[in-house]
Amino acid sequence: MEQRKRAVGTSVNRVDAYDKVTGRARYTDDLCGREAYAARIIHSTVANGRVLSVDTEEAKKLPGVVRVITCFDVPKNYYPTAGHPWSTDEAHQDVSDRLMLTDRVRFYGDDVAAVVAEDEVTAARAARLVKVTYEEYPFVLDVEDAMKDGAPQLHDAYPGNVLNHTGIRSGNYEEAIKEPGLIRIEGWYDTPSVQHCHIENFVCYAYEADHKINVTASTQIPHIVRRVVGQALGIPWGKVRVIKPYIGGGFGNKQDVLYEPLCAYLSMQCGGHLVKLDISREEAFNCTRVRHAIRSHIVSWVRPDGTYAARKLTAYSNQGAYASHGHGVVAKGMGAFPQLYPCPHVEADCYTVFTNRPVAGAMRGYGIPQAMFAVESHTDDVARAVGMSPIEFRRKNVMPQGYVDVFSKNENYYDTFNECMDKASAYMDYERKVREYAVQTGNIRRGIGLAVFWYNTAVWPISLETSSCRMVLNQDGSVQVQVGETEIGQGADTAFSQMAADALGIPFENVHIISSQDTDVTPFGTGAYASRQTYTAGFSIEQTAGLLKKRILAYAQELTRMPVSQLDLQEGVIVRKSDGRPMLLLGELATEALYSLSHSEHLTAESTYQIKSNAYSFGCTMAEVEVDIEACKVRLIDIVNVHDCGRLINPALAKAQVHGGMSMGIGYALSEMEKFDAVTGRTLNGNLLDYKLSTAMDHPHLEGQFVENYEPTSAFGTKALGEPPVCSVAPAIRNAVLQATGIGISQIPLSPHVLFEEFKKGGLLDV
Amino acid sequence: MYDLKALYEAESVSHAIRLLEEHPDAKVIAGGSDILIKIREGKLKEPELVSIYGLDELRGVMLEEDGTLRIGSLTSFSHVTKNPLIQRHMHVLGEAVDKVGGPQIRNIGTIGGNTCNGVTSADSASTLFAYDALVELAGPDGVRVVPIQDFYLKAGCVDLRHGEIETAVLIPKASYEGYAGHYIKYAMRNAMDIATLGCSVNVKLSEDKECLEDVRIAFGVAGPVPLRCPAAERAAKGKKAEDETYRQFAAEVLKDIRPRESWRASKAFREHISQVLARRAMEEAVNRAGGEKR
Repeated sequence: MEQRKRAVGTSVNRVDAYDKVTGRARYTDDLCGREAYAARIIHSTVANGRVLSVDTEEAKKLPGVVRVITCFDVPKNYYPTAGHPWSTDEAHQDVSDRLMLTDRVRFYGDDVAAVVAEDEVTAARAARLVKVTYEEYPFVLDVEDAMKDGAPQLHDAYPGNVLNHTGIRSGNYEEAIKEPGLIRIEGWYDTPSVQHCHIENFVCYAYEADHKINVTASTQIPHIVRRVVGQALGIPWGKVRVIKPYIGGGFGNKQDVLYEPLCAYLSMQCGGHLVKLDISREEAFNCTRVRHAIRSHIVSWVRPDGTYAARKLTAYSNQGAYASHGHGVVAKGMGAFPQLYPCPHVEADCYTVFTNRPVAGAMRGYGIPQAMFAVESHTDDVARAVGMSPIEFRRKNVMPQGYVDVFSKNENYYDTFNECMDKASAYMDYERKVREYAVQTGNIRRGIGLAVFWYNTAVWPISLETSSCRMVLNQDGSVQVQVGETEIGQGADTAFSQMAADALGIPFENVHIISSQDTDVTPFGTGAYASRQTYTAGFSIEQTAGLLKKRILAYAQELTRMPVSQLDLQEGVIVRKSDGRPMLLLGELATEALYSLSHSEHLTAESTYQIKSNAYSFGCTMAEVEVDIEACKVRLIDIVNVHDCGRLINPALAKAQVHGGMSMGIGYALSEMEKFDAVTGRTLNGNLLDYKLSTAMDHPHLEGQFVENYEPTSAFGTKALGEPPVCSVAPAIRNAVLQATGIGISQIPLSPHVLFEEFKKGGLLDV
Repeated sequence: MYDLKALYEAESVSHAIRLLEEHPDAKVIAGGSDILIKIREGKLKEPELVSIYGLDELRGVMLEEDGTLRIGSLTSFSHVTKNPLIQRHMHVLGEAVDKVGGPQIRNIGTIGGNTCNGVTSADSASTLFAYDALVELAGPDGVRVVPIQDFYLKAGCVDLRHGEIETAVLIPKASYEGYAGHYIKYAMRNAMDIATLGCSVNVKLSEDKECLEDVRIAFGVAGPVPLRCPAAERAAKGKKAEDETYRQFAAEVLKDIRPRESWRASKAFREHISQVLARRAMEEAVNRAGGEKR
């Protein structure tokens, strides 16, 4: 156990730090051959309708144009795009509603045709020459409208536009609310469509060779991409090879299959020639995925002593035009509702509804940031209504230590919420500020806000959790490690290397993690999502290291004539346990094993671990704001996130992960929102100027702190941290504005436009 | 890859003029921070460009003999901000152009490009309007000087005749001497943004610092081109530098601004913020001019 602590728990440098800092790290676009043809997609300019014709004549005449492919050319193999593990049970498979190009367009930006040309400029010119005529249908952008009778319909298989509706019933809500003396608090809470804005846009290239279609893509899910490319093209999955090099961020957008099938198809239509599809930032906004906009309605029945008698949630999730990750997102948020503040009588319903907006998919937090905005804004509204302080109310009602969720079997092993709130309070001097800011007048007012969040790790028991690892010993005693889990910029490879070093008993420097993944070579894995990878890979790394160590020690027995039970591998040295005497260096053993004339052996190990557990990962945010009422502006002065993600594998990387999530949460709270044109359905601000992603200049110091409670279900005591940092930021900021101004705003972002209207309504502005 | 038809590099101002005459459809490119975006967006298709970026004689700030502040049109935003003459005589302009985009844009973008682009949101424009700046243009028929208010014709369109390039922005001595100003950029975030509203105010105080001897105010994004607010200026000129004056001054801006209703911001919102900015910019300008903070 002492041994294992050496690399795990220390802030070793990222394994890819030097390559990334010096520019040597190669991303998809760096790897693509110069001979590549450039592809360009022609997108729908109507929000709902049917393509009547595509005139490609002018485009084809342009010198340098190789092929023009339209929606009438592609095979009609409908495929799903969500980066979920495949289900062998048809009833649990994702919805197959996409075609590589479609004549039935369902949003402004849908994919109608594609041109392939010898260079980018020619492709762009050719794309402008393709003329598409449409039969236009009425369209619908809002969930409420889409659910009305007579609303425009998107998919024949889903009349009424409802993709799915699920609910939770526990206790007896209707009876419980009859209890005398209850206070009823009701609120509507709205969150917008936002975009991931990963630095590297989606890009991929494809060519045929070795009797295969080879696709290199900026993706979080290479093995899933292989399956979906196979499904879309109607070819055996083994004929598809997917390579994932370094990735410049994904945040869930690349947990969908995006244009890999189309790019593969275009290459095949060009005789297998290398074709690159490098989409623009505007296409990333309009044509990849966005976060689901969710509107939530919460009714709480509270006793005067501040305890819940009954609660009800109804949530409406805007899916956009295609199913993608679909209902899982709002359902995850709904799942948190009865757990975060346990109450015996709960009713919850959630609906996922198609509209003619860009497709919503996975995005960091997967429904939880939306749910936490609703639940934690509401929690402050309730605390106010019963005259309790926000922190006091939470301490009284939040999930207690020892709570066990019946479905997932997750247990809250520690008094995590209180420990996190204590730490945040101490950093912020919370109690003093709550008092100080309680009564304010004048134009500039300060406030402090709190929100907690619920999250879990990985997807078990809703879906498969499996991890595979391979280790190969080199002559010098170093080891190649490969896992199915994917480095996408978050630092996963470094954490894996740390765990592998300790599990095997070799120095960290002697672990060579193979970052680039190739579905022909890399062990099977489902990819980067659900903040799962450090947790899941930990199991297969520990197990595989155990197998390799066993083989190493068996070989050492031959060389040392000591029984295996007397031997151990520590720091790359075979030692005798009884007296700790170093017997042999691992490098010596490995060289002997490979070149021995009497017993040659390639020492490797490979194994799969199926994970049938999950773990809660909780925390909180406290934010302090200064509101300039007449200027309609909120300035964030200070903010702290405290997380219990178990034991930290790499404290510096963990902190960086928290900073990134807080930044994303700040934009969600204050400035980010996709806007749509009511006349055409077009995204109005689908670019990095008009879409107000928050910048470093909009952030105060970001304080990230941890409560390190060892997670007992985990191989290394760790659990989710990728997504949790974004989950509670927006409601904490909203609640701080509430404390400052007395106005509880029920929507984000808290942009000046929203504040203008709210402050007018609240009588703070004399306009 | 940019879709260009041709790029001609000018070696001197006269060469640039000749190139523009030889290629009547050509556009001038300086730093490129506006032109390249238009090309990328497809708004400028396969253009011919005349680059003046190499013309170092158009860079830098100097004081002419009569005290006119001369800012070469190719002077980058960061060089305007860091220039000692600007800091001494027209500090507010340096501050205003320091609000443009981010550091990379401020290193490449030029004050000439900012004015010739003709957009109402240009961070230099409201301050130049508020200082009655002059624009110097060189063309086939020689040099002419145009007041900046006449230079802006309509949204995205300036009085740049064919074959002409902007060579300098001029601020006469009478226009800056004794004045202190303040610019507020109101935007949705603190960097990498275009103003929702820009407001530049400058004042000249009486000897005793009690009265507003002169007041000038200009807005960006309060109309299709940057504009002055004569009614507000009249309301404040000669008045005491005090709250009541500022309040009236702010209210009067509504008589001259013409903000749009758009998805970016409502008219009512812009009108409200205009008044807030006018008052705040005035207070700070008075403060900088040595008036008492009240």
